Amino acid sequence: MSEVYEPTLIAFCCKYCAYAAADLAGSMRLSYPSNVKITQVPCTGRVDIIHLLKAIENSADGVYVAGCMEGDCHFVSGNLKARKRVEYVKKTLTELGIEPERVEMFNLSSAMGPRFAEIAIDMTDRIKKLGPSPVKRGDT
Amino acid sequence: MTENTTPSQIGSVLVVGAGVAGIQASLDMANAGYYVHLVDNSPSVGGLMAQLDKTFPTNDCAMCIISPFLVEVGRHLNINIIPNSEVESLEGNAGAFRATVRNDPRYIDMEKCTACGQCRQVCPVTAINEFDCGLDLRRATYIKYPQAVPLAYTIDRSICIGCGLCEKACLAEAITYSDSPRRTTLDVGAVVLAMGNEVFDPSGLTPYAYTRHPNIVTSLEFERILSASGPYKGHLMRPYDRETPSKIAWLQCVGSRDIKPSGHRYCSSVCCMYSIKQSIIAMEHAETPLETAIFYMDMRTYGKDFDKYQVRAGDEKGVRFVRARVHTIEPVENGDLKLRIVQESGNMTEEVFNMVVLACSLNPSSQAVLLANRLGIDLNAHSYAKTSDFNPVTTSRDGVYVCGSFQGPKDIPQSVMEASAAASGATQLLSAVRWSQTKIRDLPPETDFSGQDPRIGVFVCNCGINIGGVADVPAVREYARTLPHVVHVEDNLFTCSQDTQEKMKQVIVEHAINRVVVASCSPRTHEPLFQETIREAGLNKYLFEMANIRDQNTWVHMKTPEKATAKAKDLVRMAVAKAAYVEPLPQVILGVTHAVLVVGGGVAGMEAALGVARQGYQAFLVERSNRLGGVARQLQHTWQGQSVPAYLDQLIADVNNHDRIDVFLETDVVHVTGTIGNFVTTLRLQNHSEQPRIIEHGAAILATGGKEYQPTEYLHGKHPAILTHLEMDAALAGQTTEFRNAQVAVFIQCVGSRTPDRPYCSRVCCTHSLKTALHLRSLNAGMKIFILYRDIRSYGLREDMYHQAREAGIQFIRFDTDNPPELFLTPDPDAGFGKLNLRITDHILNRPIEMNPDLVILASAILPNENKKLFEAFKVPTNADGFLVEAHAKLRPVDFASEGLFLAGLAHSPKSIDESIAQARAAVSRTMAIVSREGILVGSVIASINPERCAVCLTCVRTCPYGIPRIDPEKGHAVIEAAECHGCGVCVSECPGKAITLKHFTDEQINAKTHALFCA
Repeated sequence: MSEVYEPTLIAFCCKYCAYAAADLAGSMRLSYPSNVKITQVPCTGRVDIIHLLKAIENSADGVYVAGCMEGDCHFVSGNLKARKRVEYVKKTLTELGIEPERVEMFNLSSAMGPRFAEIAIDMTDRIKKLGPSPVKRGDT
Repeated sequence: MTENTTPSQIGSVLVVGAGVAGIQASLDMANAGYYVHLVDNSPSVGGLMAQLDKTFPTNDCAMCIISPFLVEVGRHLNINIIPNSEVESLEGNAGAFRATVRNDPRYIDMEKCTACGQCRQVCPVTAINEFDCGLDLRRATYIKYPQAVPLAYTIDRSICIGCGLCEKACLAEAITYSDSPRRTTLDVGAVVLAMGNEVFDPSGLTPYAYTRHPNIVTSLEFERILSASGPYKGHLMRPYDRETPSKIAWLQCVGSRDIKPSGHRYCSSVCCMYSIKQSIIAMEHAETPLETAIFYMDMRTYGKDFDKYQVRAGDEKGVRFVRARVHTIEPVENGDLKLRIVQESGNMTEEVFNMVVLACSLNPSSQAVLLANRLGIDLNAHSYAKTSDFNPVTTSRDGVYVCGSFQGPKDIPQSVMEASAAASGATQLLSAVRWSQTKIRDLPPETDFSGQDPRIGVFVCNCGINIGGVADVPAVREYARTLPHVVHVEDNLFTCSQDTQEKMKQVIVEHAINRVVVASCSPRTHEPLFQETIREAGLNKYLFEMANIRDQNTWVHMKTPEKATAKAKDLVRMAVAKAAYVEPLPQVILGVTHAVLVVGGGVAGMEAALGVARQGYQAFLVERSNRLGGVARQLQHTWQGQSVPAYLDQLIADVNNHDRIDVFLETDVVHVTGTIGNFVTTLRLQNHSEQPRIIEHGAAILATGGKEYQPTEYLHGKHPAILTHLEMDAALAGQTTEFRNAQVAVFIQCVGSRTPDRPYCSRVCCTHSLKTALHLRSLNAGMKIFILYRDIRSYGLREDMYHQAREAGIQFIRFDTDNPPELFLTPDPDAGFGKLNLRITDHILNRPIEMNPDLVILASAILPNENKKLFEAFKVPTNADGFLVEAHAKLRPVDFASEGLFLAGLAHSPKSIDESIAQARAAVSRTMAIVSREGILVGSVIASINPERCAVCLTCVRTCPYGIPRIDPEKGHAVIEAAECHGCGVCVSECPGKAITLKHFTDEQINAKTHALFCA
């Protein structure tokens, strides 16, 4: 490919930590790729397998879930449930012949604006290397 | 304490100081029927806690946990935040004060400022950033921190050059250079002081060389260094060369436990824990291996779960704890620092570190002291507000209460607890005028849109030039017009401004808009405002969706405007897609039972019941034994020397005589049903002589108490001269002559505490031993008195007693767990029970010592009372040690996670009587937000079950972190009480039958956003 592919990523961010960290990244005027679009959820425990798979089916190039630090979930343990579901989706994708790295789980606190930007940069880089979703390419 | 019902009372309260304690007190009172004026001399609320990186012992991010409180206090209809202000005087008396307040100019109109930050961008003047402890710079036009409340800028006119650039840049026309100090008066019925503490300035302590080297930092500076939003963005660096240190030392008791006039004699209570926390967090932040060492005198990890935290830090994290005093710090080459250390043995050693953190003490600020003097409040010898053990939050002036660290150095949970207790004091005083000054929002009925297609209005904000200066707002607006269901679009200079809000209401009605999308800043700060506006236009507040095109778009994509425009369109499309599916979520008002059930008839339980009754509500007090009093019956004096029996007699009489308290002795709680506001509890007399009694109550307080551990160690029970603390107290109350003749008395600390079986500190024992030792000394000046200890934990102002004990010649010998004292009993024909012989290795001489004590006092552990069935009935959790677990260790120390249930006293953790009283009164304050209301609103973002799809698989029952879902055997499916659901949605995603929906975050709504993003 001569031109760098610009992927689209969706990030499911919990209201209490990751979404607030994203806002803080803004307050701090940090910069990260515009490829990432955020959807707010009350807790990452609300993020269902179906939400991740629907995104993939809709030809998302990358999907990630960002919740509170482990042990600090505002709702006690929703982020641990989310991690399990992300792991499950990764397995399913592998079986379908889709790169499991397209889906990821992250933990960060609301004070970690720079970490939010870092995650967005890293994930976008990762997906750029993988190229367009196989769903979009019609590979699967 | 009298039940004041003077008609001239005023139902408003003044809170001075808007740190975490002031915020908690304000919220409690505002939620229980009082109008609150919250004054702070800073431009924003949050206090010291807002500056912290993490909090111990949970390592929660401080900002994460405090910011919801900041937002709540900032938006509360009945809290008037008065920043940049000082209380100048307080006239009048309890019930009717008049406070004069000086409002210093902010030079920016808070009403107009939208916090867009344009003024800061253009300001040419830089100044030291006090919030980052001078490790960073700010502009003359600034906001203290990004999450600040009120969210409005301020101009520091002491450095402002008056260039006028900000005035030109401010499109909201909020700059008012001509602003000048004003005076306002406030009529209030009570005052709560919560001025907090400042961190000690170590500049005067020459040996610590703080002013001579940048790599020697205070503990607060280190918090900012660790903070992800701090000067180094959370990267562990030392100030001198921004290198990552590989070896850091913490020096404890800098300015604390210091008998020199340059410091404070007292212990600052929190430094041991924050140093451990900082060392653990620093290791987590370091990209390369980090060695940490804490140099200390006594490790004072006396709070709930603190000891475990310290043990983990040492054993698992490798924090090195060194019991030694650092003599001097000497800067050496490369920015490193050489510590000269006096070991316990007296030997001097040296060690080089890359960086040194001074664990600086806390003290009241000079401004706070001046204020207290102006208000006529008595201070103690350490300049803290003077209080008594039985009225721990009452100042010397009637109607003026105190909480938080202005009452004495303390941690966050204790401050929050006292804040609620102070609120309880103020609201009890003013119980006759509850709800007399509070405001109510007058709202039109909600329009019924059922059966109508979505008609979406999209409002795109320019936010001055914050959005419009980067993204092409007109293009975004026109794009929105093309989206499905959109019937109206517009863009605004500031969508949040007062005039735009008014216009928005008209537009909603004119265009029959039934869903609103605002594309602007963050829902975190502005969603409640816009929701209020659409509600005023007759829309249910959930018919709303936001697109965050500033904080998460133009602020992060400033250099790529085309991309920002494209992303704004994406975000608007996603929001519109969800908006098409959002539904009104009507909240239902449930009536409330105006009564509180208190379980446990000890001091905490009685204080709670009496507090509820004196607030004007019915209390039911249940005690399983045949009398009131609990463990306090065996106590003689508080740590400050007040008589416990006299207090207890009065308390029991007050409880028995109050006509709004029903006391049930020898009674058990057998069954609990219902939810917040409406519980139904079955009580049964232990002898079954009567039918079970059914009690209805709106809230419950569990104060089930604790007891003294009966030692199996140190020959307890085998010799009459070996007594536990409580046995000694009882003996001292009776006969003192036998003790007068004792020649050698020995106290052994940590009997049954801080052991592998019971890995917690019992908190009160060190103070109790010091107090008893001083009592013995007063009986017999010649008695040899020894206290054998592991760490002396006379935290806070209790340290005075440690000084007194040392001055009184009481000898302290330290021992380790691997070398404990040994007590032997040798038969002695002259003494019937035999002779006691005690051996211990002296920690300074490092030689064994023997003594023949006439009296051995064992500082026996505090255990929680066993109440397995009771706790199961209430479905409240206990920790591994058997103590009840509160909703949040830091900010909800008297609440259970289950709504409407509260806890107090020893059942929560070991504590002294004054702390139990404060916690009980705090619990009263917390219940008032429920039982003082006519009804509570339930509903909105909660999980609800579709009975037809429920297979009764129990997944939701097992998944819910709060244990809310249950199976209704009659209905044959799971049920989730609307009043109890926390709205996380975990059960929704786990339910295999898809029988549960989380309103406002349905699968349909979430998938609609995803679909809109990828399938445009």
